Amino acid sequence: MAEVKVIGSWSSPYTRKVEMALKMKGVEYDYIEEDLKNKSPLLLQHNPIHKKVPVLLHNGKPIVESMVILEYIDEVWEGPAILPKDPYDRAMARFWVKFIDDKCIPPMWKACWSVGEEQEKLKEEAKQGLKFLENEIKGKKLFGGDNIGIVDHAANFIAYWFPITADFVGLQRLMTEEEFPNLYRWADDYCSHTFVKENLPDKDGYIAILKSRYRSIIIWHYLSLINYVTFLVRSPHAFPIYEYEFK
Amino acid sequence: MAAASDVKVLGMWSCPYVNRAQLALCIKSIEYEFIEENTLKKSDMLLKHNPVHKKIPVLIHGDKSVCESCIIVEYIADAFDTGPRILPSDAYDRALARFWAAYIDDKWYPLVKVLRQSGDKEERKSLVQKLFEGLILLEEAFIGCSKGMAYFGGDSIGYLDIILGSCLACLRVTEKVVGVELMDPTKAPQLAK
Repeated sequence: MAEVKVIGSWSSPYTRKVEMALKMKGVEYDYIEEDLKNKSPLLLQHNPIHKKVPVLLHNGKPIVESMVILEYIDEVWEGPAILPKDPYDRAMARFWVKFIDDKCIPPMWKACWSVGEEQEKLKEEAKQGLKFLENEIKGKKLFGGDNIGIVDHAANFIAYWFPITADFVGLQRLMTEEEFPNLYRWADDYCSHTFVKENLPDKDGYIAILKSRYRSIIIWHYLSLINYVTFLVRSPHAFPIYEYEFK
Repeated sequence: MAAASDVKVLGMWSCPYVNRAQLALCIKSIEYEFIEENTLKKSDMLLKHNPVHKKIPVLIHGDKSVCESCIIVEYIADAFDTGPRILPSDAYDRALARFWAAYIDDKWYPLVKVLRQSGDKEERKSLVQKLFEGLILLEEAFIGCSKGMAYFGGDSIGYLDIILGSCLACLRVTEKVVGVELMDPTKAPQLAK
């Protein structure tokens, strides 16, 4: 029997979508939780370039990047289709996956962890992306039609993780029901789906993780301010820039 | 076979992303009409067929529009059964090809443009170093994918050959601008070949 393993992170939407896809196909697998603050030799061996989760190991061969993994799962195992069969519909699915990954999720996530003018700019950028998705989901139960497809999986952060995160940090008026009624309805349909419901991290557990990250961000802002003041005279380029890795 | 009037490519002659669509259509022996787009003054046709990004290339096949160069190449591979395969037949090899295409587009090739436009000596040095590090990774990828043959796709041009190959012209221009051989045969002999 084929050996299938997933190296992932409990709270990560990217890991969860891979697990959901495997479960939808009825594939048994071993799950290995990764400590992202102390990355294991296993992860570094199988994803030496990006050093990120999730990683799918199939008979020892690694596949990385969640959307590449989902396409691989769809191609290898029988079961409900993750991508459409028609070439044009597949192209459109891939288009929306890339759009969500590049134009929607990054500004939505970054908006949660920024303030002031920068936050307003990110909110506006995110809304522009969400408007296209709002239009795309109109008249459809799910992006995949009657069944969950790759685009629904791509947008899982928008459906579940974002509302919790936004509520936690007090981010308001980015994805409101008034402005995005169809996306709101889709998010509800997606999160209520049997496979999804059973495979989402519980809200309290996710909030606990956000709390520890939030503390780190607050400390960074504080240290950055001290740094800025201390080095202001020496060099205006001394303001530390941090890259907040989501995955 | 698709008639030339069925298939159109909206693009710009010098754009590597447009060249990808053209290469894939040529491999599949698909006739097409090329419509030159002025990116400084975007046509109604472009805005109609790519309202989201308003960018080239756009492949128009009958009444359908496909955008984003990698997606266009996969569409051409799926939709037309003429000519050789573009994507590998094995699922794992396909996953590898998609991974490396994303690496080239998201991590490696954007450095080339930044390098070409940079006037700062230290920044250029750092970018060249990063490009060489990426080149070594791509060399390893090539050795793995080609399995001793001439192309990423084996004995015929495949998906990664199209994705990376389309970048070569701009790479050569950047080499002339900065005076550094980026496709360095001492660092990546198989790729340079």
